[in-house]
Amino acid sequence: MAKKPDLRRFPGFYGITLLCLFLLYAPLIIVAIYSFNDSQSITIWGGASLRWYEDVFWGLEADKFKQAAVNSLTIAVTAAIAATIIATMAATAMLRAGSFRGKGASFALINLPLMVPEIVTAVATLIFFSAIGFTTGIMTILVAHIVFCIPFAYLPIAARMEGIEDVYEQAAQDLYATRWEAFRLVLLPLMMPGIISGFLLAFIISLDDFIITNFVKGAGVETLPTAIFGAVKQGIKPNIMAISTLLLLVSILFVTLSYFAGRMGQNRQ
Amino acid sequence: MPDGNGTIAVDIDNVTKRYGDFTALRDVSLAIADNEFFTLLGPSGCGKTTLLRCIAGFEDISAGAIRLYGDPIAELPPNRRPVNTVFQQYALFPHMDITRNVMFGLLRLGKSESEARKRAGEVLELVQLTQFATRLPAQLSGGQQQRVALARALAPNPKVLLLDEPLSALDLKLRQAVRLELQQLQHETGITFIFVTHDQEEALTMSDRIAVISDGRVQQVGTARAIYEEPNNKFVADFIGETNLIDVAVAAIDGATATCTLPGGAQFTCPAASGAHSGQGHLSVRPERVSLTDPAQAPLSGTVSRLIYLGTDMHVDVTLADGETVTARVQNSADTTIPEKGQTVGLNFEAGAARLLVD
Repeated sequence: MAKKPDLRRFPGFYGITLLCLFLLYAPLIIVAIYSFNDSQSITIWGGASLRWYEDVFWGLEADKFKQAAVNSLTIAVTAAIAATIIATMAATAMLRAGSFRGKGASFALINLPLMVPEIVTAVATLIFFSAIGFTTGIMTILVAHIVFCIPFAYLPIAARMEGIEDVYEQAAQDLYATRWEAFRLVLLPLMMPGIISGFLLAFIISLDDFIITNFVKGAGVETLPTAIFGAVKQGIKPNIMAISTLLLLVSILFVTLSYFAGRMGQNRQ
Repeated sequence: MPDGNGTIAVDIDNVTKRYGDFTALRDVSLAIADNEFFTLLGPSGCGKTTLLRCIAGFEDISAGAIRLYGDPIAELPPNRRPVNTVFQQYALFPHMDITRNVMFGLLRLGKSESEARKRAGEVLELVQLTQFATRLPAQLSGGQQQRVALARALAPNPKVLLLDEPLSALDLKLRQAVRLELQQLQHETGITFIFVTHDQEEALTMSDRIAVISDGRVQQVGTARAIYEEPNNKFVADFIGETNLIDVAVAAIDGATATCTLPGGAQFTCPAASGAHSGQGHLSVRPERVSLTDPAQAPLSGTVSRLIYLGTDMHVDVTLADGETVTARVQNSADTTIPEKGQTVGLNFEAGAARLLVD
C-alpha cells in the first residue's frame, strides 16, 4: 500500500485550517464571551459580569424563557424517545428481516426527510395539520418533531446494527432462545451504543429546530428557538447571548455523550 | 461405527438445498450413528457448512427430510431442535461474562438460575476454564474462546453437537492439542459429534467416519482408512492425501477386479471401485506405494524429471513416455539408492496398492 501523504505538508495547510476554524467558531466564541458582558450594549465591552444570566433566570422575561425551555425539553425528550423506538424497529426490519418487496423504497423513504428542504416539510406539515383539523399547539410540534427526528435516530442505529454479525442471534436461537428472546437478550444489548447515539442525536435535532416548529406551533406556544427568535425581533439584548450560550453548552454535552456512547460499543467487540 | 448399537442419531434423507438457480446440496443421504464422531470433509463451497446449517435449522431444505433419532426436525425452528452448534467465529455474546454465556442455553430451557449456574460450573471445569468464569469473552485468547464456545454448546447436553470448522482460527500447535481434547470430550460425553472441516488431516485423525463432499454431493462415506486406501473416484483420491492418477485402458471388469493396460502396454490386474467401467479409466496409486526398480522388470518406466528432498523422504517425479508424470515417495534410509535426474528407472507397485476409480 502506498504511504499516505502527510496532510500537514501541503502548502497553506495551517493557513486554511485556521481560516476554517475561525469562520466556524469565532461567532460562537464571541457570543459566549459577550454573554458575560456587564454592558447594555451587545458590541461594547463593559467588564465581566453574570448579570445577563441573572436576567435570564430571574429577570422580566424569565417566565417566558422558562416556559419555552420546559416546552423544548419536554418535546425533545418525548420526540427523541418515540423516534428512537421507531428507528430501532425500522433498522431491525431493514437489516434483519432478509429481503422483502419494497426494501429499496423503504430505505429511501426513511432517509428522504434528510434531503427535503426543511421549509417544504414545514409548510407541508402545517397544511396537513390544518387539513385534518388538528389544532396547533404543543401536540402538533411533538408529532412533527417525532417525524423529522426518525432519520437522524435511524442513521447511528442502523450503522451499529450493520456492524453486528447475525451469527450472534443464530447462536442465541441455537441455544433455545425464541426470535424475540434473541432480539431482547442479545441483539438489543449489542445495539445499545447505537441506540443511545441515535437518541441523543434526535434529542439535539429536536431541541434545536426552529423552522418546522415556528410553522406548526400554535399561538402563544413557544420553544426556546422560537422564543429567542421572537426576542431578537425586538432588538438583540445581551440576555439572548446568555441563553444561546446555555443552549450551546447543552448541545456540546449531548454531542460528547453521543461520541462516548459510540466509543463504548467499539471497545467491547 | 463405535459401540455398534445401531441407533441412527441423524438421518439425512435425500436432502436438496437450492438457492435460486444454485444447488448447494443434491440428494444428500447420510446416516450418522449414535455416539459417532462424524466428519463432513470437503473444499470450501462444497456444501458441507450448508448441510450443517440445515441440521441446525438456520437453512430450510428444498427437498428431502432430516430426522433426529427418528423424529423429523426439518420443519422446526433452530430453538426447538435439541442440537447445539460451535460456530466457526465462536459467536460468544460479547456483553456477557463466560458463566453467563454458558448458562444462556440452560436458562432458555427453563432451568433455574442456581441449576444453570451449577451446570455451567461443571462444564467450565470439563474444558478447564473455571478460573476465567467471570471474564468477558474479549479478555480471553482465541483458544480459550474456542473452549468457551464448546462449553456453551455442551452445557444443555444436546443430543448432537455440530461443529463448524471450530479449529480454523487457531494456530497449528494449538489446533493439534485441541484435536485430541475434542476427541476425548466426545468419548467422555457420549454425544454424537458432527464436525465440518476442509482440513483432511483433521478429518483423518479425529473421525470415526468421514463423508467426503464435493459439488453438493456426497462422494464417499467411510472410515479414514477406507477413504484413503480405497477411494471411489478421482475427486476423493486426489483430495485426500496425494496420489498418482494413471491413464489406463480397461479391458475387463470382473466383480471387484479390473484388468487394464498401462501406458507402455503392460497388462495389470488390480481392485476396482464399485461402479468402475471398462474403456478409458484412471488408476490411483499413492506415491509411498510406488517403488523404483530396474526398468527391464517393471510394468512402467520413464525418466527422472525432478527430485524433491523432504528430509524423512524424497519425492521422485518420473516422466513416462506419453508425457504423464508419476511420483514415487522414497524413504530416506541408509540403503536407499537415490536416482539421478535424467536416469531411466522402472516403477513398480503391488496390485493391491492400485485401484481403478470411477471417473
